[in-house]
Amino acid sequence: MSKQENSMMEWIDKRFPMTATWRAHLSEYYAPKNFNFWYYFGSLAMLVLVNQLITGIFLTMSYKPDASLAFASVEYVMRDVNFGWLIRYMHSTGASMFFVVVYLHMFRGMMYGSYRKPRELLWLIGMAIFFVLMSLAFTGYILPWGQMSYWGAQVIVSMFGAIPFIGETLSNWILGDFMLSDAALNRFFAYHVVTLPLLIIVLVFVHIIALHEVGSNNPDGIEIKSNKDPKTGIPVDGIPFHPYYSVKDIFGVVAFLIVFSGIIFFAPEMGGYFLEYNNFIPANTLQTPDHIAPVWYFTPYYSMLRAVTVNFLWIDAKLWGVILMAAAVIIFCFLPWLDRSPVKSIRYKGPIFKFALTLFVISFLVLGWLGTKAPTPLYTLLAQIFTVIYFAFFVLMPWYSKIDKTKPEPKRVTK
Amino acid sequence: MADSSGEMNSRRRFLVLATSVAGGIAGVAVATPFVLSMMPSERAKAAGAPVEVDISKLEPGMLLMVEWRGKVVWVLKRTQEMLENLKKIESQLADPNSEKKQQPAYAQNATRSIKPEILVVEGVCTHLGCSPVFRKDIAPADLGADWLGGFFCPCHGSKFDLAGRVYRSVPAPTNLVVPPHTYLSENRLLIGSESKESV
Repeated sequence: MSKQENSMMEWIDKRFPMTATWRAHLSEYYAPKNFNFWYYFGSLAMLVLVNQLITGIFLTMSYKPDASLAFASVEYVMRDVNFGWLIRYMHSTGASMFFVVVYLHMFRGMMYGSYRKPRELLWLIGMAIFFVLMSLAFTGYILPWGQMSYWGAQVIVSMFGAIPFIGETLSNWILGDFMLSDAALNRFFAYHVVTLPLLIIVLVFVHIIALHEVGSNNPDGIEIKSNKDPKTGIPVDGIPFHPYYSVKDIFGVVAFLIVFSGIIFFAPEMGGYFLEYNNFIPANTLQTPDHIAPVWYFTPYYSMLRAVTVNFLWIDAKLWGVILMAAAVIIFCFLPWLDRSPVKSIRYKGPIFKFALTLFVISFLVLGWLGTKAPTPLYTLLAQIFTVIYFAFFVLMPWYSKIDKTKPEPKRVTK
Repeated sequence: MADSSGEMNSRRRFLVLATSVAGGIAGVAVATPFVLSMMPSERAKAAGAPVEVDISKLEPGMLLMVEWRGKVVWVLKRTQEMLENLKKIESQLADPNSEKKQQPAYAQNATRSIKPEILVVEGVCTHLGCSPVFRKDIAPADLGADWLGGFFCPCHGSKFDLAGRVYRSVPAPTNLVVPPHTYLSENRLLIGSESKESV
């Protein structure tokens, strides 16, 4: 640094902790040196968030949140606005890729026990981000006001109507009308472009602050902070985030952008999985499309919603479906307390956990696949079986994680 | 706000409590108009007048779709055969006698209608609000050999018969809703009102 820059930094540092912040979070934030492929997805999620924010602002300039104008305004973006197609495809592909990287990010946490003490709160903040992300995806999907927007919203809002006693009032309050109409579209737009983006930015900030407080976990699931160099006080297995991981993450960003651009330019609809064909038809309040399914990232939960076909106790099948669907998402929050294994990482966990996690991933994927299909008796039965497996992974964890045969954890991180 | 010395005299405790309570009440009071602003507006409440339908051109077996309060209402003229089939499937239904209040009293009968052949029912699945598909074909491959015609919901697979009665073991909990309706004359049907005065 030149002398001039030095004095400039000094001037700022006396008024704002610029250098101290840079050090605490980048150049002197020590992360374990054994990060692998799975550690790309946190920074990629932030990249996608920035992509969504920027492209979103530009889409807002041409979009009209009015039931009679919305569909045409999206087509206007696609056909007449300069590079409108590109900006919209960046946003719609970004939505799907957001879920890809977030699901992989969560799976990383499950593999390496990143939710375990002392990172329980970090995990919960992450779950809050996931809930906001789901709300963002849902409200965003309504905006084009196509057939899938309309009927998808109809199904989701009807779920609130299933809540006993307050259901009807609640759904009227959510919709601002007695049915899904312009009032709902207008307010979902407000949530999608103001409320939820603000919330997710705050939560991501809090997530990072919490991460930097407890320190990153690693593929070995051991605490690098418990082995510090006595002279410097720096973890012996830690390396500064910048430049080591900032450079590593740039490599991840480049690889990701290659895939991302490939989708945007060659398969933005992804065969109907990222943008559904029925949504290219304007909303028709009188006719549900022959086959409706949510976008791929919601299909595992959608499968569970329709898997329940019997009344049980005093609650009818409809409400059970809704409860099950909500529980399937919320249950991740309990992972820190369900896992009783003496070790954190899958590397040292025993065969039962590996089997259970594999089965869980399979059931998640199968449920996701089933959710894209029209219901038949066989598919409903499969959805019921895999729903049970999905929940068994969590509910039985306190037992199987305890009796599982684990390997001893190493003292230092390994490759 | 906590006293670092560990001593919090009762006067200070009282003031903290009183301020918190007053602040909390003010917070709720300020939130009220915002929360209530999201309820259906006066304009939304005023919408939803009854709809008059001419059914003189409705052939037996034909389904007419009418929009009422943003919802689809089906008017189906059932054939004699369809009416006879209603009895045959009663054992497969969850509520064959329409005991749950999903219809006005004048439609709580075997055909769930005022005139036996004319079914007037909201085309809104009682599960999650999709609009079921009219499937009058007998025993199609996808719905099974004992299907005698009815409504099939594409969203989650709920099934209803030609009187809008729900099958057992499907996600929908209740029969389809019969809206208030009346006949102004032989072929003039009024949906959304039970009074005979024309609109």
